Parts: sequence; structure tokens; C-alpha cells
Amino acid sequence: MSTTSKEETALTKKDFATSNDVRWCPGCGDYAILNAVQRTLPELGIPREQFVVVSGIGCSSRFPYYMNTYGFHTIHGRAPTVATGVKVANPDLSVWMITGDGDGLSIGANHLLHLLRRNLDMNVLLFNNRIYGLTKGQYSPTSETGKKTKSTPLGSVDHPINPLLFALGSEATFVARTSDTDMKHMVETFKAAQAHKGTSFVEVFQNCVIFNDKTFAPVTSRESKEDQVLVLEEGKPLVFGAEKNKGIRLNGLEPEVVSIVDGVAKEDLLVHQPKNSNLAYANILAQMTFPSFPTPMGVIRQSEGRETYEDGLIDQVKQAQSKGEGNLQELLIGSNSWVVEG
Amino acid sequence: MIQPNDSFEEIESAVVRFAGDSGDGMQTVGERFTDSSAFAGNDIATLPDFPAEIRAPTGTLAGVSGFQLQFGSRRILTPGDAPDALVVMNPAALKSNIDDLPEGGMLVVNVDSFKKMNLTKAGYDANPLEDEGFRKKYHLIELDLTGLTKEALAETSLKPSDKARCKNFFALGFMYFVYGRPLEPTLKFFDDKWAKKLPELAEANSLALKAGYNLGDTFETARNRYQVSKVAAQPGVYRKISGNEAIVYGLVAASKKANRDLLFSGYPITPASPVLEGLSQLKKYGVKCVQAEDEIAAMGVALGASFAGDLSVTATSGPGMCLKSEFIGLASITELPLIICNVQRGGPSTGLPTKTEQSDLLQALFSRHGDCPLPVLAAHSPSDCFDCAMDAVRIAITYMTPVVLLSDLYVANGSEPWRVPNIVDLPEIENSFASEDEEYVIYRRDPETLARTQAIPGQVGLEHRIGGLEKGEDGGVSYDPENHEEMTKLRAEKVDVISKSFKPLDIRGESEGDLLVIGWGGTYGAISSAVGNLIEEGFSVSSVHLRHLNPLHDDLGELMGRFKKVIVPELNLGQLALILRAKYLIDVISYGKVQGKPFKVSELTEKFLEHLN
Repeated sequence: MSTTSKEETALTKKDFATSNDVRWCPGCGDYAILNAVQRTLPELGIPREQFVVVSGIGCSSRFPYYMNTYGFHTIHGRAPTVATGVKVANPDLSVWMITGDGDGLSIGANHLLHLLRRNLDMNVLLFNNRIYGLTKGQYSPTSETGKKTKSTPLGSVDHPINPLLFALGSEATFVARTSDTDMKHMVETFKAAQAHKGTSFVEVFQNCVIFNDKTFAPVTSRESKEDQVLVLEEGKPLVFGAEKNKGIRLNGLEPEVVSIVDGVAKEDLLVHQPKNSNLAYANILAQMTFPSFPTPMGVIRQSEGRETYEDGLIDQVKQAQSKGEGNLQELLIGSNSWVVEG
Repeated sequence: MIQPNDSFEEIESAVVRFAGDSGDGMQTVGERFTDSSAFAGNDIATLPDFPAEIRAPTGTLAGVSGFQLQFGSRRILTPGDAPDALVVMNPAALKSNIDDLPEGGMLVVNVDSFKKMNLTKAGYDANPLEDEGFRKKYHLIELDLTGLTKEALAETSLKPSDKARCKNFFALGFMYFVYGRPLEPTLKFFDDKWAKKLPELAEANSLALKAGYNLGDTFETARNRYQVSKVAAQPGVYRKISGNEAIVYGLVAASKKANRDLLFSGYPITPASPVLEGLSQLKKYGVKCVQAEDEIAAMGVALGASFAGDLSVTATSGPGMCLKSEFIGLASITELPLIICNVQRGGPSTGLPTKTEQSDLLQALFSRHGDCPLPVLAAHSPSDCFDCAMDAVRIAITYMTPVVLLSDLYVANGSEPWRVPNIVDLPEIENSFASEDEEYVIYRRDPETLARTQAIPGQVGLEHRIGGLEKGEDGGVSYDPENHEEMTKLRAEKVDVISKSFKPLDIRGESEGDLLVIGWGGTYGAISSAVGNLIEEGFSVSSVHLRHLNPLHDDLGELMGRFKKVIVPELNLGQLALILRAKYLIDVISYGKVQGKPFKVSELTEKFLEHLN
């Protein structure tokens, strides 16, 4: 079979749209994320036939049907396993896994952990809307404690999972966060994810307009974002606020919000270093949550150098075959055979 | 081979059982005796039997591990109903095995272990070896194996406790003398295993083996020696093979014949782990192996790799099959080729993890939700696993479907001689990959096989989406009621038409008569032996052993109709019988056994006679 690309013609966003009607609810944050992914992919210099989008089950997991690439809509929570199989079978493919807070962090958390620790070279976009949408409004593992939903009429008693801490706990080599409200930031983050060699985990704040509307509005809405979002830029101090007059300083092992105008020098602020090999800094960022802290957006951690699973696996095969492929007939005969003469 | 210097009694076959503590090396000596008998040109069947605990407390009944084999100058189909010779290393081994030894059978006992503490652990109030009745009942040979072995190894540098551990090979050497077995394969085994890393161990074990053999020569009570001549076999190259090994080799051969990379994804589980371990060692043959985080993941990885064009395989046992069920449904609706091996063990739940059973047939046939038939095959012997693995891959790829390949613990761990096929003579397996030059319609089907074509990610212009939602022929999600019914029927019909590719049923005996025995899987040896014997005695009985459990053979119903009675022996409570009754409306007799042990030829014979008289 041929796997050569047609003549190089620049791909556009349109090349990645399918003829299928997109069936998310009007106003759903998924539309913006789809838009961002369809804008990102043509800019990566990868032929369309090399993309595979793999998803589990849930609203977000309908994603592959709307992408004109190879796609596999699998079963609940298990997308990491199928994506792993695709990548191991053909490491040249650009694999994008789409999941949600229920799919990825509840029923499929086990698989997500193992995908992240194995560090396959693929991108994981986790749409976090803090609710079960497709089953019509039960609380999810990222829902806030006390949340009243159809299945928690008196409020949930669960402590929520922090997706970034989960990824960092799995020693993911690339951990980032973005929001469906910021198209430019999504595209930048997805590009950074693709550029990273290893599993790139991206939490996307996503609004469920029907069952959990405005859950992230206190952070990401137009009115609040200047004061509530901390945009991360490598090598730059952690500064935020409409007037860029607030920053994050480390006091012992605790971060604190300080006002720059109060005489705190910029030099005293934490400087964003996502490539720290130690996980402590990334964990400090991941634990900064509303309302005590501004919410970090961007690449939290990017650790280079760890071999990907598929490279390790394929290398072992190549190594074993370095002096030529094994002779199957000899293998079958083995070392303890005997001959019955005719 | 050491030449025998005294008279032998020529016998057609013999059954030998070694039993001892889990740490006594009984499996190892059983395997060596098997190799030696294969080298001597005998036909063989083996039955390793070990507890689920890796090292149960020493000397207890729970820790007894055994290995039985039958070897002969005739075709050997089972490891034998009862041993002719039993070797026991301690009182617990005696206690749990002695009931199987017929009166007059040879009993070799490691007497130095028959001390008060060991006797108590085994539940003996008094030493049975001191009972006159017991002593007269068997051909008793008492050996101080520990003492004799230490004596034989006096000149070596091993610690006394390590010397004692070589006693299993001393016992083996003694049995080699009794049955005139060649020592060479075992000496070669020591050499291959230890000559480089632990030369002193290789030397000590060789000495112990030879000392045991030589003891026989000087031992008065071992004067009865036996000779088992070569079996008349088809010319060719032979080797010994276990069921799990044969699956491994069959899969690798099939991947070459299908020209697809082999990707195996599994999770450790008894008794299927040797498939994972075996394939992990074959990287030189291009095998990619993934040990997944759980059974579900193992199935998911395999399915993803299948989508990307590999020959994908996973292997497990019953509990793992339960976990994989949802994914198997996805493999069915997406119509991707994939092999799921289930090496069955006693169930339900953890059940009897190291004992054999055939009780996952209905699970293989029906464990998915929805109408979701799948092709199901079962291997009937260790070497048949090779052919079945190849057949399963042929079906999966030709018909674009997941296939369940059933084996069982008895077949998986047992071994027998195998005439090694010539790779070039094995049939090629044709893929139906989509062409970049044609419009790709995902569920457009081959008119004969009803298989869809497969487009592989990376192929230009064939981008498409598959998934668990029902689709129309063009691959679009479809909630249309008529379409769902049509697709459901097409998937079922696709499985049904596979029977057109089957070879005719192989019937043992006449194709009509009084009693037809229908079997499947690992019961082949016992059923064939029992039926063969009864045919020789002039009874009107025939048997047929099914490899394909779904779809069934087109001519099976008609064959059943030509017999007055049909009986189905199986190591479950009547699962195939249920299917045959439902499908053919024939009142078949079910004969089930669920004791974690294979059928004995004698119990089958007795049961068949009940229905013949």
C-alpha cells in the first residue's frame, strides 16, 4: 500500500471539516475547541492522512466524527489504550486523543495514568466541564465538593480531582491548560503540545451550556480574566492583573500573591520555568486555584529527554534484528528436534 | 545413550508420575523425562499439575506438585488414566497421589523425608511405609534420595543444602534406568542452562542423574526394566511442543503469511502468561509486545493496532475475557481483524486457576451485549494450537472480524511431539486493504465473504471514522431502524458464511450408527482413545471433534441425525450440548465433569457403554 502524500498543497481549516452535521448543543464550548483544532492541524506541516483522532465516550468524544482525518470513536474511558495501539503499530502517525473529565479521569483514569507514564508521543486534549453532559447532568470527578446535580441533590461529598496534579503525579512530560474562551491561546497551546516529543496533556476549560453553564466564568469571563488568569510565558516572571501589578512570590514552599506596587521587586517573583526537571514548581502552579490564586494558563511543565514508549519498543525490535531477521523455520524446529527417516 | 546390559520387558506404553513439594523440581524432571522419551522416538502426552500457590508451606498437601506423562510405541493421545510408576518425594505427595496408583504399581519413595514432622503435616498418624499391607500392595522401592545424592556429590564444592536439592535428578536418573531412557537430552539441558553461568551446578546435576541411573544397575528391586520402542511416525523433523508454545509459533507464522506485523498485547494471567512471555522473546522475528496495565487495555491496544494495520492478538483466561467483553463488541461493530485467545481454567471468578476446565464456551459465544456473534475455534491438543492459531488469523483477516480462539490449561501446559511444518507449505493469508485509487466506502462488502475492505491510517485520501455507534454503509453514523437491523444481520451472516471455508468433518468410525460422540477442545485425546477402543471391540460408535464452535459445520446436523444417540462429553455442565440442542432440536445427552481434571479414558468408556447396551 502506498503511504506517500499527494503533491504538497497547503492544507486549510476547511480540509479538516467533515460533511457531518455537528451535533453539540448550541453554545457548547466544544465548537470553539473543534475550531481551534481545525485551525491548528493545517499549520503543523503534517499530511492529513497522518492524523488519527481517537476518543472515548461522552460529548467531547464525538469529536472524531467532525474531523476529516482518520478517526476512532471507541468506548468509555478506553481511548488511551486504542491510541497506544495505533501509535505502536505506526509511530509516524500524529495521534490526537480527545477525552473529557468523566471519560479521562473517572472510568478511564487508570489508562490515562499509564499513557502518561509511558510517554507515547501523542496529544491528549481533556475537555473539562466538571459535569456529565451526555448522560444529562450528574456530577463528575472534577465537580466541586457540595455540587448539587441530579445524582447529588444534597450536594456531592467527593473531593474533586485536579487534572493537572493527576498528570503531574503520573510524571507526564508535557502538562498544559487552556480555555475554550481563548481561541488564540488554544491554538498556541495545541501547537506546543504537538511540538513536544512525548505525551502532551492539555486540560481545556470547556463550558457546558446546558448542565453546568458558566462554571469557569469566575476565572475566564471577559470581566474576570485579567485578574484571575495567570498567563504563563517561559522565562518571564509570574505577573497578572489588568495593570500587570500583581505577581506570585515563593514564601518558603508556599506561593503568595504580592502586589508589585507595594515595593516588591520583579526580581523577587517566581520566573516561569516549565523545563524544570523537578516536579515541585509545576505542582505549585497546578495547586494555584480560584479564588485564592489566579488560575495558570499555558504550559505548566515541559520535560525533554525521556524516551517515548514506542521508540523504546521499536528500538528493541530493531536491536534484536540488527544482525538480520530471525529465521522462522529454525525457530519452529528449535534446539531439541529429531528426525524420523522415511 | 547408555546401553542396557540386562533384559527388558517390551511394553507398548507406560505412565509415570512424579510428585513432590512445589520446590522439589517435579515439573522440571517431568519435562526432562518427556524430552528424553521424545528423543527415544516415543509418542508422548503430558499432564503437569501444580497448585496455585507458588510455594505453599513445605511438606503440606497444599504444596504438592505433580507431573504425569504417558509414552509409547503406539499413538499416545492422553497422559494416561493412572500411573504405572509413581515417584513421591515426601509423605504429602504420597498421600495425595497414592489412590491413583493401581495395586502392584511401582512406587518409588524418598524415604528420608518420611519423618514424624512431615508425616504429621501430611496427616499421617503412622508411617504408611511401616504397614505390612501397604508394603505388599505395591512394588515398593525405598531410596534415601537425600543421602544418596549427597554421597554422589561428595567431591563437589556445593554446600550440603544445595547438594540435597539435586535429589530430583537422582530420582530421574533412577527412573531413566527403569525405562531405559537416554541421558543425552538431559545432560544437554544442564549444559545449555548452567554450563556458562553455574558450571558447578551443571556438573552436580549431571553427577546426580548418572548416580541415580547407576544405582538402578546395582539395585536388586529395580531388576524389572522396561523397553518402549519407537512409534511409527510420518517421516519428518519433530520436536516437543506445548499448547502455549504452539500458539506463539502459530501466530508468528500467520503474521508472516499475512504480511502484517504481529502486535501482541496482554496482561499476565494463569494459564495464558506463557503466550505473553513467549512472544516477548521473539523481537528478532519482528514481534511487538505490549504488557498493558490491565485486561481491558490489552484488548484496546490490540484493537488500536488492528485499526493501524497490524495483526493484533491478545491472550487471557476467563476472568480477563469478562473484562474484555465491551471492547470485543467494539471490534465486532467496527469489523476489525483481531485474535482473542482464551486459555480456559476452572471458573467462575478466580475458581481453580491452575486446573483445567472448558467452561467458557458460552462466554466465548455470547458474552457481548447486543446481537454480536463471533467466530469461535478451539484447539484439541498442544500441536493443534499451531494450526488453530493460523486458522484463527485466516478467518480474522479474510472476514474482517475478531475471532475467539479457545485453548485450555490441559492443552496449554501439556506437550506432545509435533511434526514441524515447512513454512513455505503453509497457506498464504490474503488481506483486503483498500486502494487509494478507488472511492473508499467503509462498509461495502465482498459478495462472498461479506468482509469490508480496510483502509489504514497513512493511506492518502482514505481518511475515515469508525466507532461504536451504528453506521450506514458509507460509514456515517446512522440511527435509522432499518439500517441497524440490516447491519446486525449482515454482521451475523458474515460469521455464518465462514463455514463454507471449512474442510469436511473428520469422523472417527462409521458415519452412521448407534452412538455419536461429539467433543471439542482438550477432551480430544480421551474421547478418541475411548471411541477407538470401543470400535475395535465391535461397538457401533463414532466420534467427531469440533474445531469450529461458531459457525458450526454445515454437515453436523445431518451427521447427528444418522445416529440413534448423540452424547457430548465436556469439562463443563453441558455448554456445547445446550447449543446443539438449540440449533438442531436433537435430544443430545450431556456428560459433564468439573473437577479441574481431564476425562479419564475409562470413565468415558464406561459412560459410552451405558448408552450402547
